[in-house]
Amino acid sequence: MTRTQRRPWRGLPATPQDPSKPRLTTSAMIASLAGADQRTSPAPFGRALVELGRTRPEVLGLTADLAKYTDLHIFAQAHPDRFYQMGMAEQLLMLAAAGLAHEGFVPFVTTYAAFASRRTFDFISQGIAEEGLPVKICCALPGLTTGYGPSHQATEDVAIFRGMPDLTIVDPCDALDIEQAVPAIAAHDGPVYMRLLRGNVPLVLDEYDYRFELGKAKRLRDGAEVLIISSGFMTMRALEVAKRLEADRIGAAVLHVPTIKPLDEATILAEAGRSGRMVVVAENHSVIGGLGEAVATLLLRNGVVPPRFRQVALPDAFLDAGALPTLHDRYGISAEAMSANIKGWLG
Amino acid sequence: MEAPSAVRANAPSLEERAYRIRRNALRMGEVQGQGYIAQALGIADVLAVSYFHALRYRPEDPHWEGRDRFLLSIGHYAIALYAVLIEAGVIPEAELETYGTDDSRLPMSGMASYTPGMEISGGSLGIGLGIAVGMALGLKRKRSDRFVYNLMSDGELDEGPIWEAAMSAGHHRLDNLICIVDVNRMQADGVSTGVLNFEPLPEKWQAFGWFAQRVDGNDTAALVAAFDAARRHAAPQPRVIICDTRMAKGVPFLEAREKSHFLRVEAHEWAEAIKALDDGRTA
Repeated sequence: MTRTQRRPWRGLPATPQDPSKPRLTTSAMIASLAGADQRTSPAPFGRALVELGRTRPEVLGLTADLAKYTDLHIFAQAHPDRFYQMGMAEQLLMLAAAGLAHEGFVPFVTTYAAFASRRTFDFISQGIAEEGLPVKICCALPGLTTGYGPSHQATEDVAIFRGMPDLTIVDPCDALDIEQAVPAIAAHDGPVYMRLLRGNVPLVLDEYDYRFELGKAKRLRDGAEVLIISSGFMTMRALEVAKRLEADRIGAAVLHVPTIKPLDEATILAEAGRSGRMVVVAENHSVIGGLGEAVATLLLRNGVVPPRFRQVALPDAFLDAGALPTLHDRYGISAEAMSANIKGWLG
Repeated sequence: MEAPSAVRANAPSLEERAYRIRRNALRMGEVQGQGYIAQALGIADVLAVSYFHALRYRPEDPHWEGRDRFLLSIGHYAIALYAVLIEAGVIPEAELETYGTDDSRLPMSGMASYTPGMEISGGSLGIGLGIAVGMALGLKRKRSDRFVYNLMSDGELDEGPIWEAAMSAGHHRLDNLICIVDVNRMQADGVSTGVLNFEPLPEKWQAFGWFAQRVDGNDTAALVAAFDAARRHAAPQPRVIICDTRMAKGVPFLEAREKSHFLRVEAHEWAEAIKALDDGRTA
């Protein structure tokens, strides 16, 4: 038997390129999201966990052969007796964390978001969440944060995890958000999934009157024409877009929603209920099953109908491999693409 | 029950305990008109030796920190674990009447969130041993000398995470972990080795760094010796007791019935089965 129908290869052969537009190259597995002149902070997750570990002896670190790629190696260096290398065995990773939590410990486990969501769902559901165990699952490469292609691009992780009862889902924006989220999720008596940015992580929110609070959405700026509701690093993009729109005399508010589940319904309804503003939900995630759909159903259930509702999100597709700036532009989540789209929607 | 009861004067024999476990299970099966009774009857001797020879626990305090942990990875064996927990005094005998009914603490599949003495929610097969690895690591962190027992079935050997956990337990030299494998040779779609061949079993576990024993799981004396050897084994490695059991053991007419994963018992047969069990006891 042979397959009679095959899809064409997705890449292009080595055809002559436009010299004014050189092909960008895919960078290392985890590329920094920081712009050239953007302030960054190194390894906020690892540093925050080390700090937490100083006062909380029950805090442990577990990984499945990805300590260096999730900044957990910093915790391993500071607290070597509290670090467990579980091998490239994500199912075991989740189950062993459940066992340690049964014994009173608070395990922080790290891997990539694609593996945690796709490969270990049942083990988190039945081993951890059904028993309400305080395991903190912190995963690098959420959404489109690597150019390696669908094997590593967790574009549907939030959609997968939102269906799991009792699981809290956190999508922090920047280094400050991550640093403050680590002790907050440790203090929460239950399982948490947190999307992680690692390496040199952009630092943005220190310019705003902001503190991370689990379960709370925070308005970072106000504006009369557009309300951007966002999570993760798309809040950083939203703030940049708002500045661009301001230059064009378009007022854009930004509501940062770092906790995707449970959703801060009261704040979102209050902001979206203010009359006359277009609502744009921006997320580093598939258009299916993420923050956008969560907000849409919330508004509909409560009879809050903004004049226009739009999503800035990744398409429901297996995305291309390539350089992150190219891909973010291609799929509409770069500041440039997002600004242009919002202006177009405003007409 | 910190001292093994078998050594106490006037304590019922392990064979008597196993008989009572089987009887409790049959009475629960009668309530529901169904249940994984063949598995429960087959594993009763292993549970008798576990709860009345090996395990340290306090019936009135299921969360006692000093207990040995006993994980039921095979959630559908819940009827068997309820039967031994009743015999051990963890669950009141009167509660037997509620098995599998609405709002009961004894649901058809075992869940920690429902039942005193149930350490984990099993049922999604293959998860117990990995949790046991974490618990064993946790007990070592706490410098506890208690054991973690994980009871699993031969069908669960098909599951990948079992082997991730087996490799991990060997790697971490978890000498406080004892895995019990019930080899009853029957899983949902038929004879276990025909569904997916897992033999040779002792050699597989040994290759993963385990101290492996294989015994007749319906021979109380052999089980006692195997549990003692597992607990006393000096080398720093996890221990596995592979127990070959006979489904429906103790009720001859059910033992003789053509085996399947879910043994069919007619409504009128439950009382007959209890009578057959009782007859066997006095014989």
